Amino acid sequence: MIRILTKKTLVPKIKEYVVEAPLIARKARPGNFVLVRVDPKGERIPLTIADSDNGQGTITLVVQEIGKTTTMMGTLEEGAELLDLVGPLGKDREAPPGGQVIGFVSGGLGVAPMYPQTKACYQAGNRVISILGARNKDLLFWMDRIEAISHETYIATDDGSFGIHAYAAQVLEDLIQKGTRFDEVISIGPVPHMKACTNVCKKHGIPVVVSLNPIMVDGTGMCGGCRVTVHGQTYYACVDGPEFDGSGVDFDELSARQRTYLSFEADSLLHYQEEMEGKKHQCALNPAK
Amino acid sequence: MPAREPKQRSHTFEEVALGFGVDQAIEEANRCLSCKKPKCVDGCPVMVDIPNFIEAVRNGNLSDAAHILKEKNSLPAVCGRVCPQENQCEGLCIIGKKHEPVAIGALERFVADWEAAHIDGSSVVHPKPFGKKVAVIGCGPGGLTCAGDLAKMGYRVTIFEAFHDTGGVLRYGIPEFRLPKEIVDREVNYVKSLGVEIELNMVIGKIHTIAELMESGFEAVFIAVGAGAPVFMGIPGENLIGVYSANEFLTRVNLMKAYCMEEYDTPVITARKVAVIGAGNVAMDAARVALRLGADEVTIVYRRTEAEMPARLEEIHHAKEEGIQFQLLTNPKQILGDDKNRVCGMECIRMELGDRDEGGRRRPVPIEDSEFKIDCDMVIPALGNKANPLLTRNTPGLELNKWGNIIADEKTGATNIPGVFAGGDIVIGAATVIEAMGAGKRAAFAIDRYLRGASLDAEEELSGLPAEKQGA
Ligand SMILES: Cc1cc2nc3c(=O)[nH]c(=O)nc-3n(C[C@H](O)[C@H](O)[C@H](O)COP(=O)(O)OP(=O)(O)OC[C@H]3O[C@@H](n4cnc5c(N)ncnc54)[C@H](O)[C@@H]3O)c2cc1C
Ligand code: FES
Repeated sequence: MIRILTKKTLVPKIKEYVVEAPLIARKARPGNFVLVRVDPKGERIPLTIADSDNGQGTITLVVQEIGKTTTMMGTLEEGAELLDLVGPLGKDREAPPGGQVIGFVSGGLGVAPMYPQTKACYQAGNRVISILGARNKDLLFWMDRIEAISHETYIATDDGSFGIHAYAAQVLEDLIQKGTRFDEVISIGPVPHMKACTNVCKKHGIPVVVSLNPIMVDGTGMCGGCRVTVHGQTYYACVDGPEFDGSGVDFDELSARQRTYLSFEADSLLHYQEEMEGKKHQCALNPAK
Repeated sequence: MPAREPKQRSHTFEEVALGFGVDQAIEEANRCLSCKKPKCVDGCPVMVDIPNFIEAVRNGNLSDAAHILKEKNSLPAVCGRVCPQENQCEGLCIIGKKHEPVAIGALERFVADWEAAHIDGSSVVHPKPFGKKVAVIGCGPGGLTCAGDLAKMGYRVTIFEAFHDTGGVLRYGIPEFRLPKEIVDREVNYVKSLGVEIELNMVIGKIHTIAELMESGFEAVFIAVGAGAPVFMGIPGENLIGVYSANEFLTRVNLMKAYCMEEYDTPVITARKVAVIGAGNVAMDAARVALRLGADEVTIVYRRTEAEMPARLEEIHHAKEEGIQFQLLTNPKQILGDDKNRVCGMECIRMELGDRDEGGRRRPVPIEDSEFKIDCDMVIPALGNKANPLLTRNTPGLELNKWGNIIADEKTGATNIPGVFAGGDIVIGAATVIEAMGAGKRAAFAIDRYLRGASLDAEEELSGLPAEKQGA
């Protein structure tokens, strides 16, 4: 029973689900993710645990509808069940012991996976400076949640429709220029965002941690499909990460690998939409199955 | 054994080998000499009473034959299809010295399939297990065998499986055309009918540790998590798009059914020319799957010669029939990519066989300046599996060898932690279905003794499995 208890639309196409998963909630640590399947013929997709509540036995997932699986998930209402949920996976991330200045810089959806770490870091007694970036004001969410656990919060949009008119990485650069001394920066979001933040940090000699999101299958180190290159070495993001020292990440390889199935994914979504309109598709290689 | 036409079968995932009919089976059974001291049984890791089951086939007593098989082997329909018989029972068959050995594997398969078709096992009601609780980690052949045997003894067994489906490698590794998933379902359902609970989506080491399982009431644990970590070569270009570990390629196709992309959502790249590196069962499977997905040309690249290829003979034979190419005495040096980071070829070097290594195999050595390029747009390293550390890393105190395999007693599966047993690929390294099953069987006996407070080493009481056979 993996019931969806509450479902909220945060911004168009981004939804927040609170899911009943007591065993996972008990073990979830910042940095962990789950794999979800919503259909017997569906894919296994990784989703970061955006929050968890051991008392209630729930975890929170924030999902952007881009492909077929996330779109199908979007059709599930409160009370419905996920088909499969496995986790918590990935390495736990320890918060710094306290007394440090930590920057959290999110891009787009990255604010959700960033939340548990920000919270842990704040509770451990560090100074938390959060920068939230998004393409425009319609894509911003969880600002209040982040503000509640940050000593300083900056909001930026690429088009200037809300807050500072800049990329989040630019805001980070400006803060550093104006004298903020970061002990560490954590950057989560699309690859170009993490790459830009990493460049800023490298320039100023600040340690930077990024959370990588390659394509995954099993999430347990069995297939090697999630491999990424960090400081010239191959790692499996599902078990060795997903967080890595940004200064060593081969971001270009990562974005190329993320694009492996773009055309298939578009086809799959199209098929789904056609099937919703009543068209049937059948397997040619093994018609019996 | 009869098989589907190579031309036709190389485009479908339907089973290749067709199996014997009754007349053929009896004719084959008649070839058996019913040796007084049967060598074949020595070759079987679980010691199936081969002459007797063949005798029953000869007499047309097929349900007796099935019964004799199942006494020792709980998954005969699987083993009849995937065991390397030529190195085991059939390899020792006396007739095989001069002629073709008796087709023991094909007969085993025939009997198991006959039983499934004619005997309704679902009507048999098994007593509900009542005893102490045992946890089995991993739902591959090792875990299933151990769980089934323990349930038959009355223990309450729960299998914890990381994937969303059962069967381990039988499900995600070995393709449909060699081992139909219907058969895996059948065997799993049998184990469930014995009262075994299966909890899917449970990655032990993450959601529960072994210590937590034991605190929560499981009095013994059997670890059968398989090998489960792919081996890459460490050559340049391995992270290009179009390079798949065999595990990923086969999981996408077999478990996630990427071969039915019209119906299923998990994609797999379709390639024109595929190079598969290695020559074991995994490599043959990957090559034949790639062919069925529509590749024009599939080549096995192997650094030794045909004589050293570790795959089952039947698989090599079928692969050749289907048109798989073989580049032997060839070793990859680097995988080449285009400006979009996609595979566009592979640089290789020719090899020759040099001196023998400790194992007696002649070592392949590169021939200087013999580099050449293979044209391909997909590369699948199929070099076997090594121990996956996910569980062992989260089990403090568990003794491992230098490769990360769990150290377990050959006869009992006992590890250094009391109550924790292990077997299958995680102990011996990537091996065979039947060896994993043998380990599961021996561990079930040992766990029974452990839970009754008896010494694990009292060999004579290990229910008919003479000690010298147990380390097979
Ligand atoms: C493609 C391929 C073809 C093969 N062909 C043959 C053949 O023809 N003949 C033959 O005899 N052998 C063959 N083998 C080898 C054979 O399949 C293995 O030796 C056998 O399956 C090992 O059984 P096992 O029970 O030890 O592990 P597995 O079958 O690997 O099962 C282990 C199970 O444990 C699960 N697991 C892993 N980690 C955890 C965890 N932390 N928590 C919970 N569950 C976990 C896995 O998901 C898996 O389901 C082949 C292997 C492959 C990959
Ligand atoms: S997803 Fe398969 S190894 Fe990471």
